[in-house]
Amino acid sequence: MTADIAPIGVPALELVDVVKEYPGEPPIRALDGVSLRVEAGELAAIVGPSGSGKSTLLHIIGTLDRPTSGIVRLAGVEASAMSDKQLSAVRSQLIGFVFQQFFLLEGMTAIDNVANGLLYRGIAPSERRQAAAEALDRVGLGNRMQHTPNKLSGGERQRVAIARAIVNRPSIVLADEPTGNLDSKSGGSVMDLIRELHLEGRTILIITHDRELAASLPRRISMRDGLVESDATDETLQNATQ
Amino acid sequence: MIATTATPVPLPNSRLRVGDVLRVGASGLRTRRLRTGLSTLGVAIGIAAMVGVLGLSASSREDLQIKIRALGTNLLEVQAGTGFGRGSGTLPDTAVAMVSRIGPVTSVSSIATVAGAVRRNDTISAGITSGISVFAADPGLLDTLHATLADGRWLDAATSTYPAAVLGSVTAQKLGIVDVADQLRVRINDEWFAVIGILDPVAAAPGLDRGAVVGIAAASTYLTAGAAVVPETIYVRTSDADVAAVRNVLSNTVNPATPEEVQVSRPSDALAAQEAASTAFTSLFLGLGAVALLVGGIGIANVMVIAVIERRSEIGLRRALGATRAHIRRQFLTEAILLAGAGGVVGVGLGAGVTAVYASIKHWQIVIPPIAIIGGFVAAVVIGGVAGLYPASRAARLPPTEALRSN
Ligand SMILES: Nc1ncnc2c1ncn2[C@@H]1O[C@H](COP(=O)(O)OP(=O)(O)OP(=O)(O)O)[C@@H](O)[C@H]1O
Ligand SMILES: [Mg+2]
Repeated sequence: MTADIAPIGVPALELVDVVKEYPGEPPIRALDGVSLRVEAGELAAIVGPSGSGKSTLLHIIGTLDRPTSGIVRLAGVEASAMSDKQLSAVRSQLIGFVFQQFFLLEGMTAIDNVANGLLYRGIAPSERRQAAAEALDRVGLGNRMQHTPNKLSGGERQRVAIARAIVNRPSIVLADEPTGNLDSKSGGSVMDLIRELHLEGRTILIITHDRELAASLPRRISMRDGLVESDATDETLQNATQ
Repeated sequence: MIATTATPVPLPNSRLRVGDVLRVGASGLRTRRLRTGLSTLGVAIGIAAMVGVLGLSASSREDLQIKIRALGTNLLEVQAGTGFGRGSGTLPDTAVAMVSRIGPVTSVSSIATVAGAVRRNDTISAGITSGISVFAADPGLLDTLHATLADGRWLDAATSTYPAAVLGSVTAQKLGIVDVADQLRVRINDEWFAVIGILDPVAAAPGLDRGAVVGIAAASTYLTAGAAVVPETIYVRTSDADVAAVRNVLSNTVNPATPEEVQVSRPSDALAAQEAASTAFTSLFLGLGAVALLVGGIGIANVMVIAVIERRSEIGLRRALGATRAHIRRQFLTEAILLAGAGGVVGVGLGAGVTAVYASIKHWQIVIPPIAIIGGFVAAVVIGGVAGLYPASRAARLPPTEALRSN
């Protein structure tokens, strides 16, 4: 059994009335009571104007940040009350991140960058590299394993980052504008890859400003002023991918 | 089986293997080679200074110890004269006989300076070899001083009366004589003297190295026109236990009439004093080394603080991949320790190298105390740890979301 398929009946993600307030004068309410449920195997876009709280939401789902109040459950694991150490464990085992800026370590080969996805699991280096090689194969970069990031195109870099995000078989993959730094062609190939991973059963949330892209995904969660403005599931697209 | 509740099984903690801690710590250095090299330099210089100072002082101390052992602490030197400077006067010609009557004295010999110029042949002017003195000594001097010969023989009862000379080591070198088998002669004043032996450097009486030694009888016959040669310096060897007792009675024995005009000294004391003086320098240089180390440590702390600021996004990424605060702290601490440790290794090598080179130039035995090697390395590691403490905890405290918000 792999971790990327949550137990039957348990949602991959559940948020109940999540509030995030940044201290200041006056305090900024980035999230103003967000409730959300994402089932295992869903592919959803998070859209909304700049400053509406999309990244904040993704950080809280990814346990990089804590909500001011509310409940966050990942694959049935309640994260809101966890210690910093336990949250690190959640990130290393249940979550894969993809960022707009890739965040690959320079001076490290593609395969080593991907193997870093398993670094904090206490797995032996040889096993990490083997899993990394498989993940790189999966994203179509089996022939670029020994390349350092500066020898890869933007699209290739993002695919390496995606391989790193999936190498630990997370129950949910979170991507913050993964195509934001790419031209339309390599952005398109990255999205093709993400759709393929979804078809293999992975749960994926993508923040995007690209309306066309969002419209092509089975579910769209629209944010405005820290609230979920609308949450639409497109039955035809949903059925098409299942 | 125990009934399970809805509470999910807690996830195992994130874990970073020991080997991976080192690998991750080193990876930060590999990508910034120039900066790594430069920031290592401060610690390397400090450690090199300390190891070098400890090594050099140990080597020079060892050399002095060897000299003192060769000299023996039971050798006493008696000279005439106060006020006009040491060795300016002469001792009564009965002195040697009187001293040899002291019970614990095992041997006594005398030596005197004779006016004369030494030349290789009669065509070269005396000026060329002006630094060379002529000494008249008795046959027992070699044993009393524990001196040794590089070549040939020392004066005996017979050769002491002939025009025969034994050359000091420097004299032989200046005159270009290396082998007595060549049956060479030297000209002292207007007489030819056969070279029968060449001395090794004499620790007890370094003046002999720049001298030519002839017998007392020969000196009087060939160099002073018959005038008696009176002893200037007497060397006395005693049994080890009675050095102090003999020293106390020497002045009165040598010159009962005016004992205050007699100076008694122990040649090994000068070397011991030299040894003591060198320790003072050692602590001075150790202090300077410590300052260099402190500066090096501050340099490493500085470089690490910059690294933490520059690598915020790396820190954020690692947290996103599951690193705990402790893992981040460990990574940067390891990096600082590796930086300083590399400086330590280079410094120890450099210090040992300097010691080896300098000691061999000085013809000292090379001594590098193990404590300097181990201590130098440990000091570097400790400095790295201390210097890395603050930057590492800053890196660990950085909130992941802040670290990921680049630009
Ligand atoms: N660390 C912080 N401290 C204070 N305010 C913050 C912080 N992070 C975010 N905010 C504020 O919270 C609000 C939501 O920010 P967030 O980054 O989630 O927006 P976003 O929807 O991702 O925008 P964009 O599309 O521009 O990336 C903004 O008003 C932002 O200024
Ligand atoms: Mg954002």
